[in-house]
Amino acid sequence: MALARKRATDEPIQVPDKIAVSLIVNDVERQLKVAPWTTLLDALRDHLDLTGTKKGCDHGQCGACTVLVDGRRINSCLALAVMKDGAKVTTIEGLATDGVLHPLQQAFIDHDAFQCGYCTPGQICSAVGLLAEGKAKTADEIRELMSGNICRCGAYPNIVAAILQAMGRS
Amino acid sequence: MINFQYVRADDVADAVRRIAADPSAKFIAGGTNLIDLMKENVEHPSRLIDISRLPLKSVEETADGSLRIGALVPNSDLAYHPLVAQRYPLLASAILAGASQQLRNMASTGGNLLQRTRCYYFYDTATPCNKREPGSGCSARNGLNRMHAILGTSDSCIATHPSDMCVALAALDAKVYVAGPAGERVMAFADFHRLPGTTPQRDTNLRSDEIVTAVELPAQGFAGHYSYLKIRDRLSYAFALVSVAAALELDGDTIKQARLALGGVAHKPWRDTSAEAALRGQAANPATFAQAADLVLRDAKGFAHNTFKIDLARKVIVRALTQAARGTPQSQANKKIR
Repeated sequence: MALARKRATDEPIQVPDKIAVSLIVNDVERQLKVAPWTTLLDALRDHLDLTGTKKGCDHGQCGACTVLVDGRRINSCLALAVMKDGAKVTTIEGLATDGVLHPLQQAFIDHDAFQCGYCTPGQICSAVGLLAEGKAKTADEIRELMSGNICRCGAYPNIVAAILQAMGRS
Repeated sequence: MINFQYVRADDVADAVRRIAADPSAKFIAGGTNLIDLMKENVEHPSRLIDISRLPLKSVEETADGSLRIGALVPNSDLAYHPLVAQRYPLLASAILAGASQQLRNMASTGGNLLQRTRCYYFYDTATPCNKREPGSGCSARNGLNRMHAILGTSDSCIATHPSDMCVALAALDAKVYVAGPAGERVMAFADFHRLPGTTPQRDTNLRSDEIVTAVELPAQGFAGHYSYLKIRDRLSYAFALVSVAAALELDGDTIKQARLALGGVAHKPWRDTSAEAALRGQAANPATFAQAADLVLRDAKGFAHNTFKIDLARKVIVRALTQAARGTPQSQANKKIR
């Protein structure tokens, strides 16, 4: 874009103060102080000890870090925590209620929809977003709208079956 | 990520004031491309000006039947907006052909226009790249250039613009509204992005102290006869090798009006108005479409690994126009090409 935006590397920059951020994480209000460059993913894992959300590629290509922000699924590795001040965040830890698994969590178990499990929290949070959006009706549409979640073990057929079950279509 | 200051803009005027005051600052909205580039140390702004809370999130019909889309409307909201789905299905289809739903939920309309190339050498700070480091050379010309441009290239740069949405916006003759210290101005979509020439570091004609505020679509949306056909190395969630946005207005079998724009082939969304003019008044059939494809590709030039794109583009143009003429646009869920 602009020509003159490159920053000279020898130019000192004042280290900014940490910024207070308030997040409602899994229905609990949490206050934290973070540096501006702290991603939502790092805030959840390193500041709030919610390590269910996984860091895979850290570049928005694998979907392991998927969480719901104000009900919408996003890649938390590409979101700055300071920009989400006041937002409602739901992670994999917030899906079960009173010890009862979310229907998608149960469906993933019923269909053995994982192998190593590393992508699973992101897959499930993404599928929660998918169901809320209500755009996917067929297996083709599920595959397309879940394509932002990579499973290196290749559990895709069972993931689609689990989501179909949670949609009441199995 | 290198450290930076963070501020939140209060309104558009405040955003413009802040960017004008700090030439090494950048706006951030969805962040899907900028944060990635900052992690790679390709971008290293001293300050991020958060514009994500500015009131630029509405999609509104104007008095003359145009559709004005706020710069901060998320890509997913735009694709599923009832007016877009109904009147501009080509735009909806192109948006849904790009990225993933998570990214579309974050990415903004203005940010989609301003996203940067995915050329591997632009991302790899260990290699020369005229776009990232003006004057350092182009590693792609004699390197791995399978994804690279075949039209409008220069000795300095053969990168492509990665957007799908912008290919549809080019075909639909959109306008871009920008605000700067001197007020608002409007740019034709064709004038927004640039060819690389000798200054590939400049992707667009947006000035360094300006902000994109809206994109506007004229009333004619070609909802009856359109198709967005994207060919890539896997069925979903990959950048285009070649994509084509085709739109026709037909009178029986005769083409009254045609629109044709390509993605994945140039430094900007590649709309060819001479091919569109040649289609006008012709019968809508594969022979006519092949002639238009030859016109679009008359100056195409391949490099070591991407000459296949010339023949591929020819076929995709013909197929997309055929789909448009038949009224059977490419599905973005079932990828079988019919």
